[in-house]
Amino acid sequence: MTDWIALVSIATAGFAVAIGSIGPALGEGRALSRALDAISRQPDSADTITRTLFVGMAMVESTAIYALVIALVLLFANPFVG
Amino acid sequence: MGEVFPQELLRWGPIVLTDTVVASGALSLIIALTSIVALRFDSAREALEVIYAFLERAIEDMVNIDARPLVPLVLTQWIFILSANLVGLVPGISSPTRDLSMAAALAAIAWLASHVFAARREGWRYLRHYAEPNLLLLPFNLIGEVSRTIALALRLFGNMLSTTLVGAVVLYLAAFLVPLPLMLLSVLTSAVQAYIFGVLTLVFSASAFQMTNPRTLQGGQPP
Repeated sequence: MTDWIALVSIATAGFAVAIGSIGPALGEGRALSRALDAISRQPDSADTITRTLFVGMAMVESTAIYALVIALVLLFANPFVG
Repeated sequence: MGEVFPQELLRWGPIVLTDTVVASGALSLIIALTSIVALRFDSAREALEVIYAFLERAIEDMVNIDARPLVPLVLTQWIFILSANLVGLVPGISSPTRDLSMAAALAAIAWLASHVFAARREGWRYLRHYAEPNLLLLPFNLIGEVSRTIALALRLFGNMLSTTLVGAVVLYLAAFLVPLPLMLLSVLTSAVQAYIFGVLTLVFSASAFQMTNPRTLQGGQPP
């Protein structure tokens, strides 16, 4: 019985990270391309744009981190195993 | 690189002493002692004051309000989280921020500070910003308040744990010098995460105030 739970947990952890990182990856790429666009148009405000980009990317990235945390819980702190 | 997951050192009833507690306590002590000693020397003191003034202006430029009461908190967060992240590079020591309890404590301090800051500026009126555009949005604002605090903790924890984990996995697959580029990348991650933690604390604290007084957004008048 436990073997099935472990099997499903491992598969789900892989899928969680794989699927969960698609959206943030696309979003971060889009944000970066827009920021580069803005910097090439207005090099003077590069500082502000970079700062906002970093903070915004951290916010977007946290979605992928949630998926990672779920995967880590499934792999290392699974409440249904043992 | 020490251990990936927090290690139990001592157990006394329900109280567990982990290596993250020891490492963060020692780190706080070292930072505090260094600053006390540095303030004794005039030249170091002047240099630190110049740096403080520069960072204070940089922080004030980020949010267009008078954020002077928050500057010591944000700078302390930067120094502490940066050194806590970087201490993981020392052999035998793991960074304390890879423990969720540590990250949650830091996020709780940030959450508390945003409320204290808003309450000291505005009195109890600041609670009105939860029902700001419309009373219907009150539950969503409350959920947002909780979720952004949890996100603050999870972001730091997830980033630091994943950095350590990736290093450990590569070390297991191909030992000796191969994990070195990843460790260099972890220095960048450490710096960016420390910076982001401080900036998000600042932005969260300022947002409560900016919403109640949209007109002072541009001016940033001192109290």
